[in-house]
Amino acid sequence: MFKPVVWILCLAPLGFLIYDGFTDNLTANPIEKVTNTTGIWTLRLIVATLAITPLRGLTGVNPLVNYRRLLGLFAFFYGSIHFIIYVVTTFFVGGFSEFDASGLGADLVKRPYITAGFTAFVLMIPLAVTSTTGWIRRLGGKRWNLLHRLVYITALAGVLHYFWKVKLDATYPVYYGLAVALFLGIRVWIAYSKTQLRKS
Amino acid sequence: MLIKRAADLRESDVTPKETFLRRREFLAVAGSTAVAVATNGLGPVFTATPTAAAQNPAAQKLANLKKSPFSTDEKLNSYKDITTYNNFYEFGLDKADPGKYAHTLKPKPWSVVVEGQCGKPGAYNIEDIMKWAPLEERIYRLRCVEAWSMVVPWVGYPLSEFLKRFEPTSKAKYVEFKTLVDTRQMPGQTEPALNWPYVEGLRMDEAMHPLTLLGLGLYGEVLPNQNGAPIRLVVPWKYGFKSIKSIVRVRFVETEPINTWKQQQSSEYGFFANVNPQVDHPRWTQGSERRLGEFFRRKTLMFNGYGDQVASLYAGMDLRKNY
Repeated sequence: MFKPVVWILCLAPLGFLIYDGFTDNLTANPIEKVTNTTGIWTLRLIVATLAITPLRGLTGVNPLVNYRRLLGLFAFFYGSIHFIIYVVTTFFVGGFSEFDASGLGADLVKRPYITAGFTAFVLMIPLAVTSTTGWIRRLGGKRWNLLHRLVYITALAGVLHYFWKVKLDATYPVYYGLAVALFLGIRVWIAYSKTQLRKS
Repeated sequence: MLIKRAADLRESDVTPKETFLRRREFLAVAGSTAVAVATNGLGPVFTATPTAAAQNPAAQKLANLKKSPFSTDEKLNSYKDITTYNNFYEFGLDKADPGKYAHTLKPKPWSVVVEGQCGKPGAYNIEDIMKWAPLEERIYRLRCVEAWSMVVPWVGYPLSEFLKRFEPTSKAKYVEFKTLVDTRQMPGQTEPALNWPYVEGLRMDEAMHPLTLLGLGLYGEVLPNQNGAPIRLVVPWKYGFKSIKSIVRVRFVETEPINTWKQQQSSEYGFFANVNPQVDHPRWTQGSERRLGEFFRRKTLMFNGYGDQVASLYAGMDLRKNY
């Protein structure tokens, strides 16, 4: 029932970017600004999806799970914009006629922060594709759940991507790393407690 | 040493600023009509905006500027771009920080201490320094190590005119520069982001090269604080971090100074830091760059396009090792 609110909140960052574009407030380097903003919102939304399961466990508010798909798809939405801008504005040199494919290839392989970011993005694709109810039915709950654990790798790779990108001050990447570690840690702890219960 | 004129110069005279700005207004209107259709009104993002109104009416104007044959005739970046997008960690790590917070810097009174291997060490004040040679306008490309670039109409005079006055001795092989340290004027220095003071250095032949400018202003005005007021270097064939800002100390030395970024991360930043599209930064390509205001990248030029004038300085050196 809060879905419209979640939609509005998730679209707000894009809305602000468009507004800033109209009012000439995207700094002297608008491409960098849009790239950074869409990148950070991708990571925030991934962390938000990771937070749902632990929150459900702690609060017992099970309907929270209804928002997970929406948050995940918005993470993919911002991640796609982020990735497309990076490719288009980095490897088309001087116009759409010259594409530096070898430059893109070299970037993906040689630069750890790009490799990490690309990994994070690519692993979101199967998750986005199989996010529909139809795919959950086709795969079956168990297999679907297993597949969607790929988001753990996306989250960790996303944090690494951010951490390796910053030049000096790694404070924020570390915060995101701690958030991911916390939400993954809770899962481990819950799984461990369950095995202990079964033993006793 | 043969000093050639800038290869891309087509006329000895640079268009006056007023005419130039009107041209941009025309382009902005013409351009945004086309772009508005394509981007549904996001025109301001990708077209040049008029700059005349954005300049600082309170700033001291610098008159009777000599035109320089070294100037490029490429499209200037706006005053707003140049003064709101700065790497000047003394005022914060975000590029918008210096524009917001550098008002705490007091560029007057200001003196520069000169020391080391020279005949006339001492402290010299900025009013005198400004008068030591005729001021020129030099329109240079600025290439940041982070792969963005601008075109800036600097004001200043050749660094050689400045350094010669102190009569460097034969032992002066390098010259080292230091930025002010004062946490009240430069609040970013309360954080240990870099090892303060910021230090840079040039080999003597680089420092004496006619392209190397002692920067005292831009857009016909004294330097805005965020751009390194009141006195800085402009070394157009090197990555921007070599062009140290707000200088208070100049020292003639025998050995290669350890510049701040090299000290910070020597695998990524070297002493020479010549713009070189063939030697990538470990984390990104240096083969192309984003000129601020343009959507697509452009190819980065060897020595930032100043190779005709400076390549001979590095004859026989392995630029892959001496990055």
